[in-house]
Amino acid sequence: MTEITMVEAIRQAMDEELARDDRVFIIGEDVGVRGGVFRATQGLFEKYGEERVIDSPLAELTIVGVGVGAALYGKRPICEIQFADFIYPAFNQIVSEASKMYYRSNGQWTVPMVIRAPYGGGIGGGLYHSQSVEAFFTHIPGLKVVIPSNPYDAKGLLKSAVRDPNPVMFFEPKKGYRLIKGEVPENEEYTVPIGPAKITREGQDISLFTYGMMHHYALQAAEMVAEDGIDVEVVDLRTLYPVDRETILKSVQKTSKALIVHEDNLTGGYGAEVAATIAEWGFMNLDAPVRRLAGPDVPAVPFSHPMQEWFMINAEKIANAVRELAAF
Amino acid sequence: MSLSTEKKKEMFWVMLLSRRLDERAWVLHRQGKIAFHISGIGQEAAQVGAVYAIEKGKDWLVPYYRDLAMMIGMGMTPKEFVMSLLGKAQEPTSGARQMPSHFSLRHANVVSHSAPVATQSPHASGIGFGIKMDGKDEVVLTTIGEGSTSQGEWYEAVNFAAIHELPVVFLVENNQYAISVPQEKQMAVKSAADKACGLGLRGIEVDGTQMFEVYDAVKEAVEIARKGEGPSVIEAKMYRLTPHSSDDDDRSYRTREEVEKHKKQDPLIVMKDQLIEQGLMTEEEYQKLEEKAKKVVDEAVEQANQSPYPKGDEAAAPVYAQEVNHD
Repeated sequence: MTEITMVEAIRQAMDEELARDDRVFIIGEDVGVRGGVFRATQGLFEKYGEERVIDSPLAELTIVGVGVGAALYGKRPICEIQFADFIYPAFNQIVSEASKMYYRSNGQWTVPMVIRAPYGGGIGGGLYHSQSVEAFFTHIPGLKVVIPSNPYDAKGLLKSAVRDPNPVMFFEPKKGYRLIKGEVPENEEYTVPIGPAKITREGQDISLFTYGMMHHYALQAAEMVAEDGIDVEVVDLRTLYPVDRETILKSVQKTSKALIVHEDNLTGGYGAEVAATIAEWGFMNLDAPVRRLAGPDVPAVPFSHPMQEWFMINAEKIANAVRELAAF
Repeated sequence: MSLSTEKKKEMFWVMLLSRRLDERAWVLHRQGKIAFHISGIGQEAAQVGAVYAIEKGKDWLVPYYRDLAMMIGMGMTPKEFVMSLLGKAQEPTSGARQMPSHFSLRHANVVSHSAPVATQSPHASGIGFGIKMDGKDEVVLTTIGEGSTSQGEWYEAVNFAAIHELPVVFLVENNQYAISVPQEKQMAVKSAADKACGLGLRGIEVDGTQMFEVYDAVKEAVEIARKGEGPSVIEAKMYRLTPHSSDDDDRSYRTREEVEKHKKQDPLIVMKDQLIEQGLMTEEEYQKLEEKAKKVVDEAVEQANQSPYPKGDEAAAPVYAQEVNHD
């Protein structure tokens, strides 16, 4: 095992998939010579050539629309959207086309593609380099939505996403690209299946459901409240759609208290779905209201540091929410 | 380019059959037997001319919803079309999930398309990109109405194909109206083909009521594409002789005189007269084709009527394709 960063894990996954399957190619803005603005594709252009690591025009709908067409032809495109905030021009292609192709053709046509996009704030990116966009896509049957929280999962899940016969939205916590490090097996092929959530910290008192960057802070918060004698179970959802209801409900059965944490704003956010799942099927196990800690309902993350920090959720805010819920 | 007499007659037959089938759909709608029809009447000459310029089973077609004649040319049967009108389980485009005329025919490389216009255009470029990556000599023909060329999706698709010199032919079926909005409110250029010059590819105009002229123009573009010399935009100009769809009333936005004027240039009549004048078909042969078309359409309706509807709960699937082995 070697310790690597998130972005290195993502790069390794693409490298290995490009090597494994010559149908796989990467298309996106600055992914070629530049190696991606976050360096996620660094060295791949040199290794696989401009035929397979393609600098697209500066047009997100082109990236996804051409990706859909290539997937229909039998290719396995990995489409990179430079920032999740810029995905909206491609929304029509994702929602009207990629997600519905298999259903609307009664199984004749599949769209095996991955759409990767760095998401999330806390990096001084302001309104348009900080957004969390997962809730738009977890509403869409036909898509799979994956958000890894650590290098091991990022690599294994991305490899599964490339091999999946369906369109997969793969959102990467950009703040964690270099901040989050973790062990990944060296010279050993592995994948992480799309679907199952993972209990990353066993606990008895409160179930904390989260994903992506917030998972990193959730583990820190769990350690902070452990000093107060609160034993938190942290569940990394990993795949948001289709969601692993079983793991969610089993955890609530054990702890009887549920806190959902995400960076995206509260209303209509992914936490609402988890809360509804627990209310609908886990109600009899609860001994406190389901709580959500989410970004505030303002349009996006502001630029100026104090305002950004006001918006962002951190370990301390999570710890406070845990303490409140524990005291209920 | 030379087409044999037999081939020309075959093409005329596809036009004629498609027209009679299309007209029957209107009748079925007015009888209350189907919920919806969107028509290609007036566009058959261009559609058949274009589709005969590609190689069936090898090349790719990414169509739009008025391309009934093109689909008949690609091998979709009249029965299959009527099944889609009726929402019958065995209709081949979508198992009756989509509205009629939202085509797809996997075995013929006809790609499924949707209703938000111009979404199909980037797919054509993506397929062309795949062809180029594999070094194949296949070609993609994709169609669109002139109104839909207002969409950014169309420009982006054409731009990408031009950058990478992809084997794609973008055929614009200019029927002069986008529902109620005439061409001059869609574009400042005279022809959608003029848009090509701003994107760096060939732009060709052709009379869309002349089947063999369209064939020649598309054939040339296909051959250029097949040689790896890049894409073309072709605008075939015609006139939509019917309302936009069975739910539209075109009297609210165009005069009867205008429609009547264009009916005199109905491509079906133009092509019939041309074949007879050139001695390729006799009036008697034409009458026989009409009888045959009526019979084929009657049988298609009868057989489609007898085929089963899907069960309601068939709508639950298929949402996700089968998992592949992740090892």
